[in-house]
Amino acid sequence: MFSLDQWQEILQAIQANKVRTFATAFGVFWGILMLILLLGAGQGLQNGVKQTMLLDAINSIWIIPARTSMAYQGMPAGREHPLIEEDIESVGENVAGIDLMSPENELAGEFDVKYRNRSTSFPVFGADSEYFGIKVSQKIINGRSINRLDDVQRRKVCIIGEQAAGIIFEEGVDPVGEYLQIKGVNFRVVGVFSFESSAMDQAQRIYIPFSTFQGIFNTDRDVTLFAVTTAEGRSGKQLEGDILKFLKQRQSVHPDDNGAYWVHNQEEQHRNVNNLFLAIKIFIWLVGLGTLTAGIVGVSNIMIIIVKERTREIGVRKALGAKPASVVGMILQESVFITTVAGYTGLVLGVLLLEGMNKALDVLGADLQFFNRPEIDLRVALAALAVLIVAGALAGFVPALKAARVKPAEALRNE
Amino acid sequence: MGNQSLHVLRGIDLGVESGELVSIMGASGSGKSTLLNIIGVLDHQDEGSYTLDGRQISMISETEAAEIRNRHIGFIFQSFNLLGFKNAAENVALPLYYQGVRRRKRNAIAVKYLEMVGLADRAEHVPSEMSGGERQRVAIARALIAEPSIILADEPTGALDSHTSSEVMQILKNLNDDGKTILIVTHEADIAAQTKRIIYMRDGRIVEDKADPAHVQP
Repeated sequence: MFSLDQWQEILQAIQANKVRTFATAFGVFWGILMLILLLGAGQGLQNGVKQTMLLDAINSIWIIPARTSMAYQGMPAGREHPLIEEDIESVGENVAGIDLMSPENELAGEFDVKYRNRSTSFPVFGADSEYFGIKVSQKIINGRSINRLDDVQRRKVCIIGEQAAGIIFEEGVDPVGEYLQIKGVNFRVVGVFSFESSAMDQAQRIYIPFSTFQGIFNTDRDVTLFAVTTAEGRSGKQLEGDILKFLKQRQSVHPDDNGAYWVHNQEEQHRNVNNLFLAIKIFIWLVGLGTLTAGIVGVSNIMIIIVKERTREIGVRKALGAKPASVVGMILQESVFITTVAGYTGLVLGVLLLEGMNKALDVLGADLQFFNRPEIDLRVALAALAVLIVAGALAGFVPALKAARVKPAEALRNE
Repeated sequence: MGNQSLHVLRGIDLGVESGELVSIMGASGSGKSTLLNIIGVLDHQDEGSYTLDGRQISMISETEAAEIRNRHIGFIFQSFNLLGFKNAAENVALPLYYQGVRRRKRNAIAVKYLEMVGLADRAEHVPSEMSGGERQRVAIARALIAEPSIILADEPTGALDSHTSSEVMQILKNLNDDGKTILIVTHEADIAAQTKRIIYMRDGRIVEDKADPAHVQP
């Protein structure tokens, strides 16, 4: 059925009707192009939002003490209950299911960050080495991160964000090994990190070991906030509850006081974001497949018209000995051929457009807050192509049967 | 069109021997085209039997009918019915395409048949570049290429002027002289007069069947 000869027959028929073929093909081409662009844009949106909203490890939980909202054990509502180092240590020792854990403090007040005779101003934070396993969007691009020994030995080292590094150091100077003076104390730069998010200027931060921070700048031993990650196989929701229960008891907070701590559970947010994207994806597929269906119905319609127009030709072919199977094959093959070629063209153009968009975003350095790297999964693209070929066969099916039913005696009647 | 059936033929008893040149005459609506369609296996009779080359043609499938049309019957139509996007040789070769003959071979054969009707130099031309007479000669070559046992011509000269008509008729007569069986449907008396047997039809019946005296062998 798929002989070279039959192909020549079909190509000849297609060539004989360029405009008609083009009109047919365009519907499918447009459908698949829209589907690809929509899917790519959806992926871009997803990438962008993930980058903006999901800065930290998926299983991380961040806890900041706030004012109480309920009176408890003789203490009024609105009480402040700052955490101290012992609270954090105690959580680590008593609550099960924690993988990584780190406190975070920010250096308060007016201060300069000095390098030789240059004075700049950047936020300075203290954090444990495990912190950088929680804040996964920070990536060391030069040197190393803060490690366990830095914590234990209270070393005067720091890692700096690449934006800060770009401002503090002149072009060509390797920051690693240089010394920064913070509030009169010298810190050796051991690493530079980038911040893989467009949302915040966290790439301007400077981190020093938490123990060093507390020893030099914060002898009160209080802690602004801390973060943990959930151990493998544990539920983040459960861990959040356990930690809060433990802290409330320890800090004499009413067990039902939901306002006493500000909690950011990434797992929750991740689930919400994922649900959002599932919804968006379903929507995109519905719209895309709708467009595609319209294109395919168009092909089917035009094929029916083609069969009508070619009734006489089909009659002649039958009179000359074309078997029904040959006629069905001819129409079906033409339909599949047009859909496949048109669909594939749309597919390739769609992918090229997405790639071009990526390149353009890269070249322009555009930092769109909720849009990044529009792309399409190769498997999705191939699936779309398979759908197309099947759709082409479906589109050709009704017209082909119509063609098979053409009665040569009627088709050839002199008008 | 609906499915209502129309009784066009009301009992036909006709036998045509191999090598005859027969014309069927009648007014429009007399059933002559329907008779031709049944003989050509393009249509089928409700009752009675039809035997072609010793083979019973009834209760056959579309596929078998296609096979019979392809190998045993050559059609010539009033409006030529050439495919506009194919050149003369490709048009002539079409029956061989449905026999599965390879393109190169069937086109070569087609050119030989075009030579036979005097159109060898027009092989590469598409129908729109040819005159009516030339088109009908291409159609005749197409009807001959599968070497069928019978040629059916439905008003073969209906769209032609008198000069080309006689040319076409001459070709058909020559073919008959070479032994081809030919059936011509026409309403032109002078065309019918050139055949060896004339069948007159009216209201679905054969009203007269006479061997033309001019052609009767002594």
